[in-house]
Amino acid sequence: MNAPSEQDLIGFVLHEARLIDEQRFDEWLDLFTDDGRYWMPLEYGQTDPVLHNSLFYDDKLLLRIRVERLKGAKTYSQKPKSRCHHVLQTPVVDAMDPDGNRYLTWTPFHYLETRQDEQTLFAGWSRHHLLQVDGTLKMKLKRVDLVNCDSAFGNIQLFM
Amino acid sequence: MPGYNGNLDAVRALVRETEVHRDVYTDPEVFALEMEHVFANTWVYVGHASQIPNVGDFFTTTIGIKPVVMVRHSDGSVRVLHNRCPHKGTRVANEICGNTGRFFRCPYHAWSFRTDGSIAAIPLPNGYENTDFKDSAAAQGMAPVRNTQVYRDFVFSRLAETGISFEDYFGESLSSLDNMIDRSPVGELEVAGGVLRYFHRCNWKMLVENLTDTCHPMVAHESSAGTAVAVWKQQPEGTPKHPAVEIYAPFVSPYQFYEGMGIRIWPNGHGHTGVSHSIHSDYSAIPGYFEQMEAAYGAARAKAILDTNRHNTVYFPNMTMKGPIQALRIFKPVAVDKTMVESWTFRLVGAPDKLLERTLMYSRLINAPTSPVGHDDLEMYERAQDSLHSDANPWVNMQRLYDPAELDQPTAVANGTTEWQMRNQFRAWRHFMSATP
Ligand code: FES
Ligand SMILES: [Fe+2]
Repeated sequence: MNAPSEQDLIGFVLHEARLIDEQRFDEWLDLFTDDGRYWMPLEYGQTDPVLHNSLFYDDKLLLRIRVERLKGAKTYSQKPKSRCHHVLQTPVVDAMDPDGNRYLTWTPFHYLETRQDEQTLFAGWSRHHLLQVDGTLKMKLKRVDLVNCDSAFGNIQLFM
Repeated sequence: MPGYNGNLDAVRALVRETEVHRDVYTDPEVFALEMEHVFANTWVYVGHASQIPNVGDFFTTTIGIKPVVMVRHSDGSVRVLHNRCPHKGTRVANEICGNTGRFFRCPYHAWSFRTDGSIAAIPLPNGYENTDFKDSAAAQGMAPVRNTQVYRDFVFSRLAETGISFEDYFGESLSSLDNMIDRSPVGELEVAGGVLRYFHRCNWKMLVENLTDTCHPMVAHESSAGTAVAVWKQQPEGTPKHPAVEIYAPFVSPYQFYEGMGIRIWPNGHGHTGVSHSIHSDYSAIPGYFEQMEAAYGAARAKAILDTNRHNTVYFPNMTMKGPIQALRIFKPVAVDKTMVESWTFRLVGAPDKLLERTLMYSRLINAPTSPVGHDDLEMYERAQDSLHSDANPWVNMQRLYDPAELDQPTAVANGTTEWQMRNQFRAWRHFMSATP
């Protein structure tokens, strides 16, 4: 089994954002390990996702519920649907540990979510905690730190 | 069109027995009058004493749209001050929370104030000699909100100098706060886990009404809670019960469930859903918790506390809480069509952390800007905020299970799907919209 190259890691991050922008959410979910998490802290520099609240701290089942809901015929907050758009800075590989099967990237981003006549800009940094499962890269944790994580927000309906 | 300002009859005519005029949600003048009267004449939740444990600790917030600061005074008491410099109006305490020591110091011209609001020092004081400064409003310092009451660490203020007493205003409704606090083996709560802040493009009262609207969950939340149940059913047999599914699933209980749970009405616009049971009744037990409660209270009392599963309690005008999950929300009016929803969570002092963990998960899934259940609700409010501008019918209906006899019943328990509590809130609203109710 070949260890991933730096370019593989960067390619993973770009592909992951593209799946979200194209709303290929089932494929996106497949990028997570079975125990994978999607975490968006509420506090700047937050370390505890359990006893401090977060904007998201979803395991795969919770993500699955969101994804199925977005498709639902009675999901009125998606009539009409939201759309989103990522602009990523080139990901930086922060950890490359083939022996430990542990990879970490850091990616500054701008993200737009839009619905009807409103468009909201978010900015932050994504950290992808990756590992190989049967030769394929998967996300064990995607941590999204918004630059204004502690601001009040309107709806955030899709994924960053 | 005649305005509402100075026209109490026109204001009162907005609330009929079973319907309210759309101007209560859409008219900026009505909104301004609410800020002037409803939010001054009632006791409004300000904060929790655990947010300011030490002398000089402060927490800034608003009562209606008026900026205030809650501070731990040098004598250990909790004070609420108008957060405005008496000199030129600059906001004195700027962070959401912090510690100011023994004095507040205005950053503009360095007037300083004790934590009871009184002036400690003004630079170049001789400039005010022979000016009758001491008779000015400014000489009073940062004006205190004198009518401030701390009930088991919950801080409420009434901005109006005179009016209904704290005890008369809340009466028996404090039993919901009591139940939440009693769920701690030592009878103490602590704000914990941060605050979720969620902007709503709608009038604040739509949220207050929604809290006792028991005919919407199975409809509006089919998308989120219904999907959660469906996804759960696809999991392989024997998968351990997911705590989030336990939170989501009861939302889509049938009408009979909500009818049977009951609604209790109290005077002054307060009330609660879930008299006999609620969507919070069937959560899994947290290991070790009952034993702690039993040791603290004895088995019978511990069971009585934990068997009370009130759903939403509304403290008119804009606070609501859930005892069984130790969560509180404030609907802060910002403009006639803009509301800030703050979700606060509490740790039960002396109880397992698992309870706080569940509380945080509940708030994250139900009440955050990222919550599917929140998205379901906000969509309904926003659509109403926009479409109320239709002239087809300027009235919003609240007639469900109406009986004229209810006018003589300040306190009651009714079928869980009645809109009586919404009517109750608007009767209180009409009452407190007078300058001197
Ligand atoms: S405005 Fe505060 S000291 Fe002048
Ligand atoms: Fe709801």
